[in-house]
Amino acid sequence: MKKDSLWFRLLVLFLVFLKTGALTFGGGYAMIPIIQNEVAGKRKWVTDSEIIDIIAIAESTPGPIAVNTATYVGYKVAGVIGSIVATLGLVVPSFVIIFVISFFYKDFMKIAAIQAMFKGLKVGVIILLFSALIKLSKGVKLNLFTIILFVIGFSIMVLANFLPNNFNYWSLCLILFGALCGIIGVIISKKKGENK
Amino acid sequence: MIYFELFYTFFLIGLFTFGGGYAMIPMIEEQVVTKGWIAEATLTDFIAVSEVTPGPFALNISTFIGNNIGGVFGAICSTIGVILPSLIIIIIVAIVMNKFITNKFVRGALNGVKPIVLSLIFSTALFMLIKVVFFSGNAIGGELAFDMKSFTLLIVLVGYIIIHKFVQKKSVSPIKMLGIAALLGLIIFTV
Repeated sequence: MKKDSLWFRLLVLFLVFLKTGALTFGGGYAMIPIIQNEVAGKRKWVTDSEIIDIIAIAESTPGPIAVNTATYVGYKVAGVIGSIVATLGLVVPSFVIIFVISFFYKDFMKIAAIQAMFKGLKVGVIILLFSALIKLSKGVKLNLFTIILFVIGFSIMVLANFLPNNFNYWSLCLILFGALCGIIGVIISKKKGENK
Repeated sequence: MIYFELFYTFFLIGLFTFGGGYAMIPMIEEQVVTKGWIAEATLTDFIAVSEVTPGPFALNISTFIGNNIGGVFGAICSTIGVILPSLIIIIIVAIVMNKFITNKFVRGALNGVKPIVLSLIFSTALFMLIKVVFFSGNAIGGELAFDMKSFTLLIVLVGYIIIHKFVQKKSVSPIKMLGIAALLGLIIFTV
C-alpha cells in the first residue's frame, strides 16, 4: 500500500482512534496528547496550531468532545470518509468493552461485596459531578448575565423536580434559552455601540 | 418502536451536549429515568462503570444504556444517535472553519449556554447527593432516612481530595478517586 494514499490514511486513522478509544479513560481532553503525537508529530497530517483549533472547535460545538475531535481530525486527514472512519475507530473499543461487561453485569451485581462497592461508587460519582462543575466553571466569566442565567436554570430544575410533570425536555429548553439570551445580548451590545 | 426511540433520544442528547461527557448526565437522567427505561439507582452504577472502563465516557454510557434496553441493536442505535450530531456539525464547521469560531453570534450563544450547563450539572449533582444521603437512594419526598454510612464516606472522600490537592498540588484523578470510593464502600457497607 502506498504511503499517503487515501487507503493508507484511512487505515492509519482507524488504527490511531482505535488505540485512543482503547487506552484513554474518561475521554475528551485525555485523548489530545495521543492524537497530537500520532497525527501531528509523527505524520504531519495536521499542524500543531490546528490541534489547538481542534480543541476550541470540539468545545464550542455540540456533542461529546472525544467524538468531535475524532470527526474533525478525520476530516482534516481524509475528508468526509476520514471523519466517519476515525469516529468508527473511536467507537469500536467502547462498544466491545461495554458489551462484554453488560453480559456479566447483572450476575455481578448480585454479589454482596460488589453491592457495597457500588454504594461507595455512588458517592464517588456525586463527587465527580461536583468536580466537573468546578472545572467547567473556570471557563465562565462571573457577571450579572451569567449569574442570572445560572439562577434561572437552577430554579427551573428544582421546580421540575418537585412539580409532578411528564415533560422531560427541561434541560434542552434551558440550553436553547441560554443560547437565545446570549445572541440577544450580542445584538443589544451591537445596537448600543451604533448609538454611541 | 424502541430502536428508533433510542436513536432519537441519544441523537437529542448528543445534539445538546456542550462541554464534555458529564454535561450529558442531566439530560440522560431526564430522558432515560423519566421514560422508565432504567431506575435512578442503576443510572449511577452505569455512570461509575462507564467512567472506570476505557473509552470516552459519552460513548460508554450510551452503549451501556442502549444495550440494557434493546440488546446489541439497541446499543448500535444509541451509539449512532449520540455520534451523528457531532459528525454532521463538525463536517459543516470544518468546511467553513475560521468563520465559525470567531463569529460573534456563536460566541454569544455559547456565553449563554455555559452558565445554563453549569446550573444543570449543579442541580443534578445536588439532587443525587440529597437522595443518597437523606433518602437512602430513593426519590426525594419519600420517607426521610438519613444514611450515616454514605455521609461518612462523603466526608472522608472530600477530606482526602482536599488534603491531596493541598499536599500534592494536583487533583486526584477520577479513576483513583472512584477506586478509593469503591474500597471504602466495601469496608463501610459490609461492616
